[in-house]
Amino acid sequence: MASPPASVVLDNVSMRFGGRADVEALRNVSFGFDAGQFVSIVGPSGCGKSTILSLVAGLRMPSSGQVLRAGRPITAPVTSAGMVFQKPVLLDWRTTLGNVMLSAEAHGMERASAEKRARQLLASVGLGGFEAAYPRELSGGMQQRASICRGLIHEPDMLLMDEPFAALDAITRDQISLDLGNMLLERFVSVLFVTHSVPEAVFLSDKIVVMTGRPGQVQRIIDIDLSRPRNLHVRQTSKFGQYVEEILELFMAAGLLRDDNWQSKDK
Amino acid sequence: MTPPRRIARPALTYVITAVAVIVVWWVTVRATGVKAYLLPPPDLIIMKMWAERASLLKEGAVTAWATVLGFLLSVAVGIPLAMAMTQSRRAYDVGYPLLVGLQTLPKIAVAPLLVVAFGFGLVPKIILVVLVAFFPVVINAIAGFRSVDEDLRNLGRILGFNRIAFFWRIGLPHALPAIFAGLKVAMTLALIGAVVAEFVGSDSGLGYQLLSASASLDSLLSFSALIALTLLGLFLYAAVALLEWIFVASRRTPEPEPVGGY
Repeated sequence: MASPPASVVLDNVSMRFGGRADVEALRNVSFGFDAGQFVSIVGPSGCGKSTILSLVAGLRMPSSGQVLRAGRPITAPVTSAGMVFQKPVLLDWRTTLGNVMLSAEAHGMERASAEKRARQLLASVGLGGFEAAYPRELSGGMQQRASICRGLIHEPDMLLMDEPFAALDAITRDQISLDLGNMLLERFVSVLFVTHSVPEAVFLSDKIVVMTGRPGQVQRIIDIDLSRPRNLHVRQTSKFGQYVEEILELFMAAGLLRDDNWQSKDK
Repeated sequence: MTPPRRIARPALTYVITAVAVIVVWWVTVRATGVKAYLLPPPDLIIMKMWAERASLLKEGAVTAWATVLGFLLSVAVGIPLAMAMTQSRRAYDVGYPLLVGLQTLPKIAVAPLLVVAFGFGLVPKIILVVLVAFFPVVINAIAGFRSVDEDLRNLGRILGFNRIAFFWRIGLPHALPAIFAGLKVAMTLALIGAVVAEFVGSDSGLGYQLLSASASLDSLLSFSALIALTLLGLFLYAAVALLEWIFVASRRTPEPEPVGGY
């Protein structure tokens, strides 16, 4: 499916939420990413990570600055993108297959071939045999896998993920990260991934945008130079550790983290 | 579990419960020697009902007709109204106090006025049915439509659904369990509304039959009409429950039983 490559640029984007409590969520945020890149946004709670995601999705418009996609400002929901929310947000009256097919129907895909693809996708994340199950019969991890399949069925050029693994236990989280990495190897799709977990971001990303606390500003952009495909051993390498430490140091410098026994290795 | 078994087991329980109630009733009447004109034994009532079956069915049909028409009218007006009240803040602000005012109004007190205005026919009955059945329909439908959260709305937007597509694909099915909860309450209230209307001003229906039987101290016929009303209520409720079972798919799935996986 040919769609223009999703090179996305945020150009001096600020975001205020009006109302009684005037909240400045983002201030002068600028960064970009190329088609096919996996980009994570990490930062403390309330730093506007999810706001960035909804701006790139076209679900919100910035108060000032602009968000460009393939050179053009985004003015409406980017329906060609796939989206995975923090909660699975599955429709409880549809089966697992039906939930994946919802996206196929919305994008006007031909039914028979779309259903075949949906079954393949589900099988590739270990949900083969659960096509006819309803969401409430699935565990949280399985529901989130199904929602990733829904986000990928129409072969989006961009996948937006808003803390998708936050509600899962540690082992499930590792497994689903690996599965996601493998699924993305077979596709050319940019991913914008919001997470609280620094190691998760390093493990998955080509590039990490580190944010400050509210109002969210870009503190540093770090390119992650680790070869793919990545396996869990990567997390034991010194390079991986250095990336994690670099980000933690940024959080400490910003006063977001405090560790009295910490000694910076840079000394 | 196969559907037949899942239906059969509670159905058997219902029958056993009904039989038990009748037996306890019969034993109580026989043991205490309470006068038959105060509380007739069930066997006499059943025989009376059989003897009066033609008139009970005829009057029952009159009551059922008014109940069902009024119920359908409540749904036809109530659901779109709930949609409007969830779509527009203004409609909600105007509609909500009116609804609550309507609900606090003692409807039974209105019945005589309706007879004055509309006479003894079907019309005052239907109006009273709508007055009582309308509120639970609207309130539950509003609750259902309001439970559509930000995530579902964003899902609809990123999938490119317009308002109409969103309503049919996500909004309405999501609200359906709450809507049916309201419909079940509304159906039982609708029957009460019809009977009250028949009490106050009517020359037909089970409510009229019940009233005239007790006026002539025919307690066997009174109880027959009462039982007939109960059976009618159960039947109408079951009809709504059946529709719920057909339309609310999640009701059909077995109890949550998370299966394996990570």
